[in-house]
Amino acid sequence: MSDHDDKAGGEDRRGFLKCMAWAGTGALWTLGGGVASSISLDQAIAKPAAAQGFTFLQVSDSHVGFAKPANPDAKATYQEAIHKIVAMPQKPDFIIHTGDITQLSKDQEFDDAEQIIKQTGLPVFHVPGEHDMLDEGAGKAYLNRFGKGTKGAGWYSFDHKGVHFVALINVVNLKAGGMGSLGADQLAWLKDDLAGRPSSQPIVVFAHIPLWTVYADWGWGTDDAAQALALLKRFGSVTVLNGHIHQITQKVEGNIAFHTARSTAFPQPVAGQGPAPGPLKVPTEQLHSMLGITTATFVRGGQPIALTDSTLAS
Amino acid sequence: MFNTLKAGALALALSLGAATCVAIGSPAVSAAAAGPTVRIDNFVFGPEALTVPVGTTVTWVNQDDIPHTVVAEDKSFKSKVLDTDERFSFTFTKPGEFGYFCSLHPHMVGKVIVKAA
Repeated sequence: MSDHDDKAGGEDRRGFLKCMAWAGTGALWTLGGGVASSISLDQAIAKPAAAQGFTFLQVSDSHVGFAKPANPDAKATYQEAIHKIVAMPQKPDFIIHTGDITQLSKDQEFDDAEQIIKQTGLPVFHVPGEHDMLDEGAGKAYLNRFGKGTKGAGWYSFDHKGVHFVALINVVNLKAGGMGSLGADQLAWLKDDLAGRPSSQPIVVFAHIPLWTVYADWGWGTDDAAQALALLKRFGSVTVLNGHIHQITQKVEGNIAFHTARSTAFPQPVAGQGPAPGPLKVPTEQLHSMLGITTATFVRGGQPIALTDSTLAS
Repeated sequence: MFNTLKAGALALALSLGAATCVAIGSPAVSAAAAGPTVRIDNFVFGPEALTVPVGTTVTWVNQDDIPHTVVAEDKSFKSKVLDTDERFSFTFTKPGEFGYFCSLHPHMVGKVIVKAA
């Protein structure tokens, strides 16, 4: 069994190197497992111009409308986060928002959130969180505003400078006793969407609830994520960006790097610490150091993707 | 075991009802407060299992800072989203076991066991 695993790992590594040569956008952490010498091998290979360097941002869990002890004004902290983006000397190409845009899916909350992020003047790609599904139409308010051109419950994909981005929805049709769910229709769409793409193309997948099980007792995972990950396994560089848990966690599995972002609204406890995954009240002076955004940088020419988290206090 | 839970829930419901009366100065206990209450607290339905006779009105109250819903697995009842301190009541007119969950946080499950009168 372990022999087989080792062998499989070796094949994956070779596949990964090919990707590095082609696009230069592999995950840094994938190289953390004692294959540093592979970098020089990679650097010896001439790199064709494919994916170009660029930066994009991830914001998450803005919960506009939230006004409870853990943060009396989540709209204001979202505005602060967006101000930081506006002030950046080098503009990112676009922003992704990984859900829980609003607290209760109210029109006013969606309006406020949209007006705030519009100040960046940048393209924004949304996915909904479970808090964005609370209108009478169970998600219609979100789809009417942000779902133009999407499929099913709002999933879509796009390409940017050689990188393929996939936006998945895992907050609808949830089942009793379960966690997040992608559903058969979306998985079938994903299979078609990825079919025919070269394994060397870098992939970024984003969704609200983590696509790996961070903590099942609190529902911090997606029941059928394994089926999506199986479709992604052949790609040399896959980055999975999620929100929902309001804190940074990361993990590497083969060529897939998982990362969750901070919220701009309120922190939540570390998995299993405390009675529930609800808002964590911290001393007021600490709040800003527990809220933040994530910067993703693709550098051309053999450098791996870099994810940098910054707080509202910094 | 269910009897104990039920007694606890009833005592709790009564005390909540009394507290409400004092707070609003009304002499009448509201219909919703007359039946047992399931409290949603720290992402848990309490009690998780409740046994009641047919005809009982059960009230759920959300005491979290996060919204929740109460949705029957067989879709026989479904609350709107309940923000902090909001309530939902449902009257059980048929015997049986009714599993329910929060459609936002589906790991939150509970059940109401309705006994024939």
